[in-house]
Amino acid sequence: MSDTHLTEQGIAEALSQLPYAKELGIRPLLMGDELTLILPYSPHIIGNPMLKALHGGAVGAFLETTAIVQLWLMGEPKPLPKPIGINLDYLRRGNPKDTFARAVVAKQGSRVANVRVRAWQDRYDEPISILHGHFLLASNPDANSGATSDVKSDKK
Amino acid sequence: MSEDKKSERLKRLWDLAPMFVEGTPHAKFLGIKFVAIDLGRATLSLPYNKKLVGNVDTGILHGGVLTALLDQASGLAAVSSFEAAMPVATLDLRIDYMRASEPGKTLIAEAHAYKTTRHIAFVRAIAHDGDVNDPVATSQASFMTTARSMKSTVSPLVRTKAIADLPPATEAKK
Repeated sequence: MSDTHLTEQGIAEALSQLPYAKELGIRPLLMGDELTLILPYSPHIIGNPMLKALHGGAVGAFLETTAIVQLWLMGEPKPLPKPIGINLDYLRRGNPKDTFARAVVAKQGSRVANVRVRAWQDRYDEPISILHGHFLLASNPDANSGATSDVKSDKK
Repeated sequence: MSEDKKSERLKRLWDLAPMFVEGTPHAKFLGIKFVAIDLGRATLSLPYNKKLVGNVDTGILHGGVLTALLDQASGLAAVSSFEAAMPVATLDLRIDYMRASEPGKTLIAEAHAYKTTRHIAFVRAIAHDGDVNDPVATSQASFMTTARSMKSTVSPLVRTKAIADLPPATEAKK
């Protein structure tokens, strides 16, 4: 694994490729190789102004971005992975304050990865939302011939 | 349900629905537009916008934009499926991304609340960019009511005031 992108600046550069993530103001916090993304509160990410609750779509986009950046961080720097199917559970109301997210890659195959992401605000043990889903990893041009082969081709 | 009651409910939904989109700060931020509503059904659209791209090299929209659009359309379908048009919160949302949306094309989301219990609505939705038979993404979600009725939240004035009263952003946008 190349370590050149394992810096907050490297991750910020990857995020700059995602204009929507930039619009949301998402920024990285790196401790060793552990990545936390921060979604700063802003009035435009509110979904229900009466309850002052964050929009499920904005929180979902944040979780998805965390999964994509985590996978990008673990693999070759380019291009970015794409979502195939994701599941979002909304556990608590997102309050008008900063939200944090961390991703765990449960399984990384050669083409598909299974990722779990947790978003929280006040306490890590009280997540506001959880994502789990599958992401299509950017294909290595040399491995393109194998793109249509059987799923059981994880060893490369 | 009598025809009179049904048309009365529909009329109220048509009055209420545009505000449900306009009065949602994040939906407004994304540029989501109200298209149509029926009992348990809603259609919204989202014109293409470079700010919402997920990959600068391809110009394809961020998957999260679809998440937000499908969530908003499904939520509106859920609201419209309750007799009292009650506000809802998303419990869970599953999305399948079939293909990349075409850069430049407007996205359309059609949602259907196919089953509603007293407090829960089950909703399926489809997002496409012109041809409903060639979907960009599909979703399955469940919603829970958050209040007894929409009455307190329908007044545009109350909603506008609530938006104005939101706390300021935690940091200046760079």
